[in-house]
Amino acid sequence: MTWFDLLGFGPKGWGLALLQGALMTLLVSMAGLIVGAVFGSLVAWSKLSGNRPAAAVGSAYAAVFRGVPELLVIYFVYFGSSALLTGLANLIGIEGFVGVPAFAAGALAVGVISGAYQGEVFRGAYLAIQRGELEAARAVGMPTWLMFRRIIAPQVLRFAIPGLGNLWQVALKDSSLISVTGLAELMRVSQVGAGSTHQPFVFYIGGLALYLVLTSLSTRVFDVAEARATRGLRRPAS
Amino acid sequence: MDLAFLSMTFLRLLAALPLTLEVWALSVAIGAVIAMGLTWMRVSGSKILSAISRGYVFVFRGSPLLIQLFLIYYGLSTFAALRASFLWPFLRDAFNCAVLSLALCTAAYSSEIFRGALAGVPHGQVEAAKACGMSGFKLFRRIIFPIALRQALPAYSTEVISMTKATALVSLVTLWDVMSVALKIRNDTAVTYAPLLVAGAIYFVLNFLIARAFIAVEYYLSAHLRRRVV
Repeated sequence: MTWFDLLGFGPKGWGLALLQGALMTLLVSMAGLIVGAVFGSLVAWSKLSGNRPAAAVGSAYAAVFRGVPELLVIYFVYFGSSALLTGLANLIGIEGFVGVPAFAAGALAVGVISGAYQGEVFRGAYLAIQRGELEAARAVGMPTWLMFRRIIAPQVLRFAIPGLGNLWQVALKDSSLISVTGLAELMRVSQVGAGSTHQPFVFYIGGLALYLVLTSLSTRVFDVAEARATRGLRRPAS
Repeated sequence: MDLAFLSMTFLRLLAALPLTLEVWALSVAIGAVIAMGLTWMRVSGSKILSAISRGYVFVFRGSPLLIQLFLIYYGLSTFAALRASFLWPFLRDAFNCAVLSLALCTAAYSSEIFRGALAGVPHGQVEAAKACGMSGFKLFRRIIFPIALRQALPAYSTEVISMTKATALVSLVTLWDVMSVALKIRNDTAVTYAPLLVAGAIYFVLNFLIARAFIAVEYYLSAHLRRRVV
């Protein structure tokens, strides 16, 4: 079998399986980024709130998940959540082991890691909002929630795009570690293909190339998004 | 979960720490050397060298370290010619492959950091040095390098810390580092949380110490920028 047969779409080709793996990588990374956005906004809020205990919790969370290997976090979330779920299930009378789906555990793990970094991105984005706009919103009598929805959220998203773009790349690459839980994402499919055909080089090169496609395409997407989001902004002459 | 179990776990993980540290130190050191080469190629002014350096950075930053590691450890052995060559005794060993792939990967990230630091050297300083008659290596050694080093430190410390985290991947190529010993204890004893928590604490303390060391070096190198105490 030539390289072309192995990676192609013929009857013995792994092309489709690899593409499906790439799709799964995209999905689990997106889910991770969204979970991370939830954790990240909580961290940003805790640091901006002026509430000392909240800020301490936020900082501790960020420090821990930045200081511990991603692989360890994935194992911990995967094994830990399954053990927790099994315990809960036994409590309500369901016997035996209850596993958390690999997708959910993976997205949660990538999410808590990403959230530790997204906190800083959101905090920086919030601080980049012109103070005058917040004062103006208060002056016209906007309640806090309306001000958040109309003034703060759109601008935080705008200023956060470059930082989120970087973290998206990190999430994409971290998602490869979810392969240890058996989720059929790109890394795992490459591994299975390498094992069953005894052609590891072909499959790891193919998988690597697909990762490069994913990362370079998403760089484009974020560039376009940034250009669109900032089209109304005046910029210093360049 | 009792104290005896925790201390046994801690001691066994500590015994695996030297391997983690060895992989980390070697790959950071080798990676830094490769990174300097890449940075030099990028700023050399040669279009070909610069394109090679860009391509290298694109490939190694755009794909996960895990697939790079597997490509080197499992992939290269496919080639009969390589297995017959003098490189085989080196590449057969999981430890060497781990260090090699970690070093190649961190080199790509570090070279971008070094390039940014070089670009941040104020032009006036270089001009002043040239006006004093410095050029070539002396200009680099006395002016450019010290300034660039100081500017690279904050970002480089992040990269070095991410390397301690990356060493956990070597557990997937049969090496007994802290991560894989923690998994082994977890498997053998069926205790879910404790082994991973203790391992996490070890990594966390290690990274904390590295971060402190970088802050200390940065403080030492920026003595002239601090406000003078009169």
